[in-house]
Amino acid sequence: MIRVQENDFDAGAEIRTLTEGRTNIGGVASFIGLVRDIAGGEEVSAMTLEHYPGMTEKILGQLETEARERWPLDDVLVVHRYGRMTPGEQIVLVVTASAHREAALQSCQFLIDRLKTGAPFWKEEETPDGARWVDAREEDDRAAERWVE
Amino acid sequence: MRLLYFGWVRAKTGISGEQIELPADVGDVRGLIEHLRARGGAYEAAFQNVAAIRVAVDQEMAEMDTPVDAADEVALFPPMTGG
Repeated sequence: MIRVQENDFDAGAEIRTLTEGRTNIGGVASFIGLVRDIAGGEEVSAMTLEHYPGMTEKILGQLETEARERWPLDDVLVVHRYGRMTPGEQIVLVVTASAHREAALQSCQFLIDRLKTGAPFWKEEETPDGARWVDAREEDDRAAERWVE
Repeated sequence: MRLLYFGWVRAKTGISGEQIELPADVGDVRGLIEHLRARGGAYEAAFQNVAAIRVAVDQEMAEMDTPVDAADEVALFPPMTGG
């Protein structure tokens, strides 16, 4: 399931909902991305995430489909926020559930690696020198590319 | 055709989108970007570095030679930075 929303999420509650009454699930992997207070050596007081409504849901849905094709997953949840957030706030939640840990752990990393550079989100940070758009990082491109089959 | 701008492309053009009549001689993404840049001013600044622009045609990621003449919606934006 894919959700793109402005409000915060409760990872514990999300995982409980996902696993409730499903005794076939052997392992759940999760990743939570947070807003950091420093980037490129500069203090960050807030960050605004912009996205492309419609295409965002479509791309994340395609990534979920690809993850389910590559690993035997019982469930997938991606919650991605947009709007203004301050350091410490949660940005993104990825949860994968499978009978086995390897499928859950690998697919969780696949989803976060691929969505960072493949889903239409853009970050603008507020620093003491003013607002600046976050540049795409080569290491993120490499992280996404390692999943190319 | 509906154009959408995101990230610093939106910031530099000063608008989040617009409706345009596609000139008859514009057939692909490269031609569309050149057409926009030729408007000058804020558009020239936004589309100066073509290598930094990413494009989605009808919500599918596109290349410079992707046709746009039959598209309903084209979005232009910088490389994505989600997660």
